Amino acid sequence: MSLRDVYVIGGNRIPFARSGGKYLKASNQDMLTAVIDGLVARYGLAGERLGEVAAGAVIKHARDFNLTREAVLGSHLSPETPAYDVQQACGTGLETAILVANKISLGQIDSGLAGGSDTTSDAPLALNDELRQTLMQANYAKTPQQRIKALAKIRPNQLVPEQPRNAEPRTGLSMGEHMAITTKEWGISREAQDELTVNSHHNLAAAYDRGFFDDLVTPYLGLTRDQNLRPDSSVEKLATLKPVFGKGEGATMTAGNSTPLSDGASMVLLSSKEWADEHKLTPLARFVDGEASAVDYVHGKEGLLMAPPYAIARLLKRNNLTLQDFDFYEIHEAFASTVLCHLAAMEDAEFCKTRLGLDEPLGAIDRSKLNVNGSSLAAGHPFAATGGRIVATLAKMLHEKGSGRGLISICAAGGQGVVAILEATSEDNK
Amino acid sequence: MSDTYANLVNNGVGKEVANKLGLPRPAQLRRYEKGQDLVDGPVAVGGLGTAPVAATARTVLSGAGATVVEATAESSYDGRLGAVVFDASAARTLDELEGLRAVLAPAVKSLGKSARVIVIGTPPDQVEGAEGAATQQALEGITRSIGKELRAGATANLLWVDTDAQSDAGSLAAPLEFFASSRSAYVSGQPLRVRKASDDQASDWRAPFVGEVVVVTGAARGIGAEIAKVFARGGAKVIAVDIPAAGDALAKVANTIGGVALQLDITAADAGERIAKAVAQHADKLDVIVHNAGITRDKLFVNTDADRWGSVVNVNLQSQFRINKVLLDPATKGGLRDGGRIVSVASTSGIGGNRGQANYAASKAGVIGLVRSLSAELADRHITVNAVAPGFIETDMTKKIPFATREVGRRLNSVLQGGQPVDVGEAIAFFAEPGSSGVTGQVLRVCGQSQIGA
Ligand SMILES: NC(=O)c1ccc[n+]([C@@H]2O[C@H](COP(=O)([O-])OP(=O)(O)OC[C@H]3O[C@@H](n4cnc5c(N)ncnc54)[C@H](O)[C@@H]3O)[C@@H](O)[C@H]2O)c1
Repeated sequence: MSLRDVYVIGGNRIPFARSGGKYLKASNQDMLTAVIDGLVARYGLAGERLGEVAAGAVIKHARDFNLTREAVLGSHLSPETPAYDVQQACGTGLETAILVANKISLGQIDSGLAGGSDTTSDAPLALNDELRQTLMQANYAKTPQQRIKALAKIRPNQLVPEQPRNAEPRTGLSMGEHMAITTKEWGISREAQDELTVNSHHNLAAAYDRGFFDDLVTPYLGLTRDQNLRPDSSVEKLATLKPVFGKGEGATMTAGNSTPLSDGASMVLLSSKEWADEHKLTPLARFVDGEASAVDYVHGKEGLLMAPPYAIARLLKRNNLTLQDFDFYEIHEAFASTVLCHLAAMEDAEFCKTRLGLDEPLGAIDRSKLNVNGSSLAAGHPFAATGGRIVATLAKMLHEKGSGRGLISICAAGGQGVVAILEATSEDNK
Repeated sequence: MSDTYANLVNNGVGKEVANKLGLPRPAQLRRYEKGQDLVDGPVAVGGLGTAPVAATARTVLSGAGATVVEATAESSYDGRLGAVVFDASAARTLDELEGLRAVLAPAVKSLGKSARVIVIGTPPDQVEGAEGAATQQALEGITRSIGKELRAGATANLLWVDTDAQSDAGSLAAPLEFFASSRSAYVSGQPLRVRKASDDQASDWRAPFVGEVVVVTGAARGIGAEIAKVFARGGAKVIAVDIPAAGDALAKVANTIGGVALQLDITAADAGERIAKAVAQHADKLDVIVHNAGITRDKLFVNTDADRWGSVVNVNLQSQFRINKVLLDPATKGGLRDGGRIVSVASTSGIGGNRGQANYAASKAGVIGLVRSLSAELADRHITVNAVAPGFIETDMTKKIPFATREVGRRLNSVLQGGQPVDVGEAIAFFAEPGSSGVTGQVLRVCGQSQIGA
């Protein structure tokens, strides 16, 4: 079986909202449907049957067991478009793109959507465990008397719902706390983090101003730009914030240089060359390859969010590339220090030798090529929606440039990382 | 948009009360529905002298499925007429107009609801001698007056047909069918000039745009959204353009008509290129561009400022020049094809001016100037350029007008009501039809024969 080239045709997302902000009343299904419909309208696909739609959400209600399929059914796509859910924490969005791309490459499908949605405003509240057990007993009771007896066991303290927690189940530490440890290990300064944050805001604002997102974003519920975006952000303003992760002297991570909880959804359209030609659509970029990695953070062998460099090393090797062979680097800004730790690690001979098994370090990158149209610190980070945001953004950047290559790197909970390479289409390269 | 008054006086008790008090009762206008007959009842056709257009009109009308009967001074009609078509194009003396009166009056008396009076003349500038010109010009006065007398949703309009087009069914069909049909519901008292069609493109008036690509600006809501729907109904692939901030509404419009949404501020420097690029994704060339997007920034002339002034003229007029320039360059991939159509949305404010709207009226009068000049310039490429000038149309734009002013705007016309966005869409689609190649440089008011802006 021969493999086919896969192309990113375009994408769509809604502006990302701050948690408890404009999308307070929107569910994942609402947002995913809106994003699909915006994409369908942009490419004139109403009534089309696509090969498949793969998407997911990290925080999900039990009723959303078929989230993506339900969103497809509520959209203007043909109801004969199959769909499935994927969940790989913050890597979800990029992982779905890899899955769909692989199927297209194999010739199993010709086109597909990949993406994700997340909301922390409409997060499920779990019942207090004791209350849940009491209610289950009442449910299984055979006689009314038994039922009343079971229900009588409910105590007021059981009525407090289990709070959803942003913590690693195996360590009990929040992601920020994990990151603070790694940040300290790598000696990342507060100034460097704040500077990266300011760049993210300024770059994203400039991209909006020059109309870069005109064909990547569809407004939703009154929001036309990302709610978290602060175009007037400055190092001076950020310097006034108190650290929120880590303790004492060395604490550098603030609410400013960490991504806020946010709501939103995104999708990318992938296809074969033939499908694009048939639909007279111009591909933005070629989806070259993807790789995932995971590290043992549980036993302290590696930092929770340090998996991406491992995936990058393997991906570069497989594609015969060096880290310097790229025109754009899209490194997801979970925290400003995450990006800086990755960069430091990839420059570090010792890390690259002992952990990645490389004779030479991956080396430094040209920082002017990093997140040039802003990233998660400014846009926000609705977990599963970040991959789609980045793939579409990078694809358009490559199309605008007309040549070159871009690297995507996304860290994820559970000590995981998902990375991918996009390339300008050969037509652009001419 | 709801017109509470019209609903009240047309239903139940309200209707009785309105009758007793002699309140004006706006009729429910017949509007296009799928599968509808061209006219609701037989069409009486008559004329003066050789009546060269009457014969062509009979062919066209019966071809479109209408029952044609003779209109003479002696005719008596059983039942209500759907329309009367009177060919006065051969009249050269004022005395002959008595013949028009004698034939037309009984027919007008027999008109049914939402019926049509269509008078046909020869353009005065093609007639030799002052009396001939006066006779032909008189037709305009007659038609406009009949329009003001008609009730129950009936309209009267005038077609001035060039001499070389008078016996050409290909030139006459599209305009005649438009004015006869319910698609011209809110057009009354208007003259329209018909030239010889540049190419013989018969089109089915129910599906004239099959296989065509049409761009509509300002399509996220209001009139633009309805224009887009009318084109889609006629078989076109519509590229709906609106500002990025209106993207969600735009996507809904595009998806309901199987079209494409293009989020674009038409004042962007590269707007023309981006439209062409979007077209190129669907076809080699564009068939129709509709310049509908528009804004108002009202303020008395003496109080307005540079920003209000500039932004209105830029959005409503200057953007059209920039976009047309790109689309009209034969080298542009996705540009307008030869034989294509440009249709702009003007306004009755651009004809009559309006208090507090010097900037808006400047832009809309400017559109009329553009249309007249560009149509001549593009005649040899067989591209037609026309405008519609809406009067009071029920949209978000007119919802902003204070109640009392709004009520005046709504009632001060021959059909006693505001128009619907679809009425503007129908007129624009008519200009864009393949069969309308003989109609160019025209400004058609869609205003229910409003007294405002007259
Ligand atoms: N409503 C009336 O009674 C009336 C009367 C006469 C003329 N008109 C004209 O009809 C046209 C449509 O009016 P409407 O009543 O539907 O108004 P509307 O305000 O409801 O719709 C106008 C649309 O144009 C869009 N638009 C504005 N600026 C734009 C830009 N720079 N780029 C792209 N899109 C832009 C808006 O977003 C909006 O969706 C306008 O040209 C208006 O001047 C309206």
